[in-house]
Amino acid sequence: MVVLPLAAVVVKASGAGVSDALRSVSGPIALSALGLSFGGALLTAAVNTVMGTIVAWALVRYEFPGKSLMNALVDLPFALPTAVAGITLSELLSPRGWVGAVHPALAASFSPAGVLVAMTFVSMPFVVRAVQPVLQQLEPEVEEAAALLGARPRQVFGHVILPSLRAAMLTGFALSFARSVGEFGSVVIISGNIPLSTLTAPVLIFQRLEEYDTVGATVIATVMLAASILTLAAIGLLHRERGQHG
Amino acid sequence: MARRSRPGEGAARPVVIGVAVAWLAVALVLPFVSVFVAAFADGVPAFFAALSTPEVRHAALLTCLAVLAALGFNVVFGVVAAYAVERTRLPGRGVILTLLDLPIAVSPVVAGLMFLLLYGRQGWFGPLLETMDVRIVFALPGIMLATIFVTLPFVAKEVVALLREIGTAEEEAARTLGASKAQTFLHIVLPNIRWAVFYGSILTAARALGEFGAVSVLSGNLIGKTQTMPLYIEQAYVNYQTTAAFAAALPLTLLAVLTIVAQKALARLGRRNGKENR
Repeated sequence: MVVLPLAAVVVKASGAGVSDALRSVSGPIALSALGLSFGGALLTAAVNTVMGTIVAWALVRYEFPGKSLMNALVDLPFALPTAVAGITLSELLSPRGWVGAVHPALAASFSPAGVLVAMTFVSMPFVVRAVQPVLQQLEPEVEEAAALLGARPRQVFGHVILPSLRAAMLTGFALSFARSVGEFGSVVIISGNIPLSTLTAPVLIFQRLEEYDTVGATVIATVMLAASILTLAAIGLLHRERGQHG
Repeated sequence: MARRSRPGEGAARPVVIGVAVAWLAVALVLPFVSVFVAAFADGVPAFFAALSTPEVRHAALLTCLAVLAALGFNVVFGVVAAYAVERTRLPGRGVILTLLDLPIAVSPVVAGLMFLLLYGRQGWFGPLLETMDVRIVFALPGIMLATIFVTLPFVAKEVVALLREIGTAEEEAARTLGASKAQTFLHIVLPNIRWAVFYGSILTAARALGEFGAVSVLSGNLIGKTQTMPLYIEQAYVNYQTTAAFAAALPLTLLAVLTIVAQKALARLGRRNGKENR
């Protein structure tokens, strides 16, 4: 179920021959699509890492009205079909939508910014759900000890809390990146799929398949597969590191 | 003293809560509310009219079938795979666990492509399937296959985590008391892992319901034939039938909410149950 499909991609791609394969990924449209997918995913993963850690912090450390509702809402992007996310965000960001109508600069559907919004939405829960349990398990004694030894709150945060959250934040970052880079459903709807502008790598694979360019699709897919496997390996390493400390 | 010593107390507190709430409100609540508003934009009768077209009914049926296929296959596969990885001395367990994550990490379009290369007309098994007159790609089996693949890890991973947590003491006790392997599995392992199976099934159903990328590669998106709900929503939206798209999106959104509620309830139940067991 997993190995055989993987093998099919690799064999098909290697059958293409090196020069054909290189030509297939180095065209301007392919390069721009790969750049948007990877660059955009890195950016959204970074945004989600910062915002996700803040959300996790608020959920673990503070009590405030509506907290449990907020905690449940975090999972919405996982549960919501990506096509629904796509039409909803696209409508909100269209020039006549709730957000797009506020200011022309916010009308981001059919622009690269819209692609980033969709990527951010679908990968939002990863960092929160990775950081939350670690933050919960942090022993207050360690922070108190640091404070007793004269550390100011900012120092406690920078030298005690942040290092213990590092592995969880990186894991969330990696998961968020993997999801964003491969996102199709919401992106294909919000982006308008303009070559050299809003066309992402997964959408390019889809288009090439529709044009019966199976080899061209497979070569791009191989690049994306390699990225997925590398990300998984990184997550595995982080997991092991965390296991040793905890 | 102790209060002041914890970072995040004092002035930082309202700022952090404010930023967190604002972020979730703009990024989650706003889109969520807008689905309901858009679905009823042309009034209640238009909403129900949009939902009762034959295309929508057929798409809903296909989506149900895909969800059932994913649940049926992955519950069995998940339990067997998790048991094999955690309770037998299988060589290459680490590799298997990593491969199991692949369906989540890989782009759904790439997943669809993989199966196209295997079962498409020019795929590895294409000629064989053609002689047997079996259609997978651009037909229901393709939709099911794609859905099963993208939801492959959910049950298995939940069960793996639980099996690891509960350890082998109970199973060993049963074995020393003379229970056979099958009896131990039926009477000890299965009852112990049932919450994890339920929980994984909910995640599976939620993901299966909304799968778009892999299904759109493998189904061919033939209206009234191989179009699932998410594919219908996309097509309606692209064709400027905005109300129809959002009308179809509304039940899926409600199901997503239901998923989250069930997830929270099960997590609570499972936790209580776990304590009783110990």
